[in-house]
Amino acid sequence: MKKGSNRRKFLFSASLGAAMTGCRQGEKPAAEDEGPNRLGKPVSEYGDRSPHEKSKRLKPETKTPEAASTRTPLQDSYGILTPAALHFERHHSGVPAIDPARHQLLLHGLVDRPLVFGMDELKRLPSVSRIHFVECSGNGRSEWSAKGAPDAQRSQGLASCSEWTGVPLSLLLAEAGVQSSAKWLLAEGGDASKMSRSIPLQKANEDILVAYGQNGEALRPEQGYPLRLVVPGWEGNINVKWLRRIKVVDEPVMTKDETSKYTDLMADGKARIFTFVVDAKSLITYPSGGQKLAAKGFHEISGLAWSGRGKIERVEVSTDGGKSWVNARLEEPRHRMAFTRFRLPWTWDGSETVLVSRCTDESGYVQPDRAQLIEARGMNSDYHNNATKPWQVMADGSVKNA
Amino acid sequence: MRSACLMLVAVALMQAQTGKYGAGRPPTPQEVKALDISVPPSGEGLPEGSGTAVEGKEVYARRCQRCHGAEGKGGDEVALVGGSGTLNTPKPLKTVGSYWPYATTLFDYIHRAMPFKDPGSLTSNHVYAVTAYILQLNGIIRANEKMSAESLPKVKMPNRDGFIPDARPDTGKVKGTTKR
Repeated sequence: MKKGSNRRKFLFSASLGAAMTGCRQGEKPAAEDEGPNRLGKPVSEYGDRSPHEKSKRLKPETKTPEAASTRTPLQDSYGILTPAALHFERHHSGVPAIDPARHQLLLHGLVDRPLVFGMDELKRLPSVSRIHFVECSGNGRSEWSAKGAPDAQRSQGLASCSEWTGVPLSLLLAEAGVQSSAKWLLAEGGDASKMSRSIPLQKANEDILVAYGQNGEALRPEQGYPLRLVVPGWEGNINVKWLRRIKVVDEPVMTKDETSKYTDLMADGKARIFTFVVDAKSLITYPSGGQKLAAKGFHEISGLAWSGRGKIERVEVSTDGGKSWVNARLEEPRHRMAFTRFRLPWTWDGSETVLVSRCTDESGYVQPDRAQLIEARGMNSDYHNNATKPWQVMADGSVKNA
Repeated sequence: MRSACLMLVAVALMQAQTGKYGAGRPPTPQEVKALDISVPPSGEGLPEGSGTAVEGKEVYARRCQRCHGAEGKGGDEVALVGGSGTLNTPKPLKTVGSYWPYATTLFDYIHRAMPFKDPGSLTSNHVYAVTAYILQLNGIIRANEKMSAESLPKVKMPNRDGFIPDARPDTGKVKGTTKR
């Protein structure tokens, strides 16, 4: 274990409001069952995390929690994978109860052979495992306002990254025999809203997965159990959960969630439609809003970067409010359309400053700042805010939204 | 030899009929009909039945108004009516009338997902009627105009031409300098 990481853990739990104020690590009295001379707990069938770990998704105050979202605590994450239990949620009509033995996927429309697949049949087919982020295109919506969100979770917590296992959709389409007039797919969920989206057929032939696995186990119910689409690098809403039907069609269906929602209103009153790709984004997760630097001296700056256009090629970090930039180290291997962890050694001299990161993806696209986004789109576009996120470090070590 | 050739042809034909892995089974027509609820702008797949705004007003009051407010003006949920002329202002109000490009989407969505706590409980006639009522509240159709599989796709929404293709990447030029 790296020197300093225990202190980091302490800081994280402190930032989560654990009642440890004024108490240095090691000074807290041991609990009764604690210590190397106490017989430990027996083996168990399905493990829980340590009771000391309190990191959790952030739930909104709402009268309709079935049509709501929760946010991943990115500020507490290590590496690039999000535990399934902390993967962000966005449901439109709640999490459906589905028996996998009865769940079926219907593939029909402009195909030679309409087909119905059961879960067991799907799992028998050649499968792949891929690491991909999923990000709601509404992530970062709070950053359109000058004030911005106070911490990483509230600002960017509608993004998570998992290893997904499933069957390439292209394989299923080949089984059914797609007809030459086909250009789009309709994907539909088995939830109470029958959430549905139109997807260009070309993307299906590139990399879409019909996924049943997440981080080594079956999908969690709130992540689409037993079957979902994973559409690498495209906005979260199109990664249809609880997948029950795919219809091959010749034109988009123009569903509610691709017309009235998930369209980007420009300043002139026209709205962009089918804004699928997630633009490159990066975020410093340590130090980030709500955390506190305990002392002057060494701190490793760390964060996450991702792009819907492929790999992250570079992350630059400024520790002086954008006056100068240095390249952060990128953790390998870097996956396409996946979180990439960046790190930069930093010695804090105790003075007030602003930290910010900026990423470049393999297409050469550079993450913009807020002013650039507003110049290009105005203030009404809601979705796809990928602006850089500065954090202000105060002289007392506290970190807040800059 | 000849029979071996015939066998190969037969196997090839079977593969053409079943796909490489032979996965899945053909659905029954009933299975497809039960699930195929999506309605594109052409109106293909719209069910039989019809309804008017006059009929829809009564259904709306019973099944929709609690969340969406009287006359679609919004309550706990977003407004369904109004917002005309606001899309290029600092406070755009995106409603069925001001924003939605296709009337078929309204039928599709109410049919598949509404009412929120009891989806699937409205008959096709009810869905046509509520659709008609919301369109009439927005001044798009008349109170006695009958919405059906024939008439609904022909309704021209005010913001039909309000959508443009994705123009991104629309930013992405580097600012400032980098130490290497």
